[in-house]
Amino acid sequence: MPAFGLKYLGTKIAVTALGFSLIPLIVLGVTMYSMFASTYHSKVQANLATLAENKRQGIDLFLREQVAQLRTIANSHSVEALSSPDMLESILNTMQMSSKTFIDLGLINEDGVHVSYSGPYNLSQANYRNETWFNEVMVRKVYVSDVFKGFRGFPHMIIAVTKQEKGKVWILRATIDSDIFDSLVRWLQVGDLGDAYLVNRSGELQTRPRFGNKVMEIFAPFLRSSFSGAKVMEHEMNNKKIFVGGIWLEQKDWLLVIEEDQHGELRPLFRTQAATWGLMGGGVAVIIIGTLLITRMIVAQQERSDRQQAQLNEELIQSSKMAALGKLAAGVAHEVNNPLAVIREKAGWMRDLLEEEDVQASPNFKEFEDAVAKIEQHVERAGNVVHRMLGFARRMEPVCNDISVNDVIRQTLTFLDNEIKFRDIEMIWQLSPDLPSIQSDASQIQQVLLNLLNNAIDAIGRNGHITVSTGVDAESRMVRIGIRDDGPGMDKEVQGRIFDPFFTTKKVGEGTGLGLSISYSIISKLGGSIRFDSKVGTGTEFTILLPVKHHD
Amino acid sequence: MTEKNGVQIVPVHAGPRVLVVDDELDFMETLVKRLERRGFEVTGVGGGQEALRLLQKERFDVVVLDVMMPGMDGIETLREIKLGWPRTQVILLSGHGGEEMGMRGMAYGAYAYLLKPVSLKIVVETAYRAFEESGLR
Repeated sequence: MPAFGLKYLGTKIAVTALGFSLIPLIVLGVTMYSMFASTYHSKVQANLATLAENKRQGIDLFLREQVAQLRTIANSHSVEALSSPDMLESILNTMQMSSKTFIDLGLINEDGVHVSYSGPYNLSQANYRNETWFNEVMVRKVYVSDVFKGFRGFPHMIIAVTKQEKGKVWILRATIDSDIFDSLVRWLQVGDLGDAYLVNRSGELQTRPRFGNKVMEIFAPFLRSSFSGAKVMEHEMNNKKIFVGGIWLEQKDWLLVIEEDQHGELRPLFRTQAATWGLMGGGVAVIIIGTLLITRMIVAQQERSDRQQAQLNEELIQSSKMAALGKLAAGVAHEVNNPLAVIREKAGWMRDLLEEEDVQASPNFKEFEDAVAKIEQHVERAGNVVHRMLGFARRMEPVCNDISVNDVIRQTLTFLDNEIKFRDIEMIWQLSPDLPSIQSDASQIQQVLLNLLNNAIDAIGRNGHITVSTGVDAESRMVRIGIRDDGPGMDKEVQGRIFDPFFTTKKVGEGTGLGLSISYSIISKLGGSIRFDSKVGTGTEFTILLPVKHHD
Repeated sequence: MTEKNGVQIVPVHAGPRVLVVDDELDFMETLVKRLERRGFEVTGVGGGQEALRLLQKERFDVVVLDVMMPGMDGIETLREIKLGWPRTQVILLSGHGGEEMGMRGMAYGAYAYLLKPVSLKIVVETAYRAFEESGLR
């Protein structure tokens, strides 16, 4: 039961300690990490938004420049000049000297007919009257097309501006190399897996992205409405998370889409995450180990004090048992003593009467005399028992003298010399020569020693060893007497009762069962203690501790 | 005085006058008879009050007094006797041992303290000595 209680106590301490240390640690770790993560996320998204904004400005500038260049040409040359293919070619060549953006140049009249054309394709006879862009430019005066394949069969985009001269409307149209445009858009890509491209309002790609895996879902949310400034979203694709930034161009109804690989961007965050988990794991391990160590220490301490408490309780129980039994013995002795005294006196009176001459003449005189003698003899015997009981109950106050324990032991052994020799028992002496003399009652100690030595001799029977040792007990600074025999030892049941009065393992008539209980109360009275240690098959050792000074 | 003396031949007032006080009547009566047989003039009573009443009427040299008695106990009776009749010697007789009781008895002026069971011989000897000492005072 106490073992279970201790285990429960240990568990309770461990659980409480772990709870109070682990929960704050985990809460702290998770909170710090999530705050850091959200800050870092918004920082990355803000960066992406800024990037998108910058890039949009670049692309818008590019488009505006192309339109402006075309318009300058339209305004600075007459229709006549532009109608001449040679002149047109020289203009194109001039333009291409600074940049290869323009592939071709053409002048179209208001009927959609190519008046003149300069470029690598043979488009001089093409009629654009039914083309969407043609109608668009007629209305708006400036037109920038989506990328389309057109008559040429490869992706390109066109810019067209109108020119009014002599009441007629002319259109100057240029094709922009989509490769140059692509590279312009792709310039400033982010990371190993980042991408940038343009889509029109219906979600068609306007530039070639770096990776060909574009699906509508990536930028679909941006297409639903126009908005100013950049927007950033997260998108998950093939178990890969990306940031998607979107911004509408000012010059054209196109959406610039920039993709950033989250893993690459958030690498420092993942490192932080790993570090957080690592630190937290380490902390948890340290706390658990520490808690277990402390718990074990507390439980061990508790166990020790429990054991001491149990021993103390046992001693307390023993001494109160002795006190109660002492009272009982005194009561019984007194009650038996009075009738014994009466019997004794009556027997004495009979003996007195037997001295009368007429009684002596009686034929049964001898029988009477024998009977009276027997009565006296057995009253004597009963009286002895009563006296021993009273002796147990009422201990005479000990006298105090300076005595040498070693001398008392040696002297006591002289009473038993014959018995020991007769039984072939070997005495082993381990008396400490520098034992302090103690203030105590030599004759009472002698009585105890006689009891213990007699018990040892009886336990051994024949052929054995008795070891008598003395010394100073290190812990209590008391004088220690040890008497050890190599007899059969005692089992647990006997061990629990040896100090009980009238408990004996000897044959009826050989022991009164009072020796050890009297010894116990003598030693208690002298301020000392008596202990024993016994193992079946090994023997028994009694240890007496006596105070150097008797304080009473 | 020899122990062989019969009751009939003891001369009146020759021996000490002894009062035996004990609530154990069987014991008291037997002790009275045995002491008479040994030349004492003996009377027995069963309690302290009776003893004091009798002492008012008669003179006793020695009182053999049981300590443990119901009602007025031996120590109380001893004190009363010593107050009223200081020359009378008291021998305490107890079945219940204990130094303390003996010491108290001696302090109140008892002549001796004997432990039951005690052999008659010792009672007789002590009574004689007590009687002789009372005579010396």
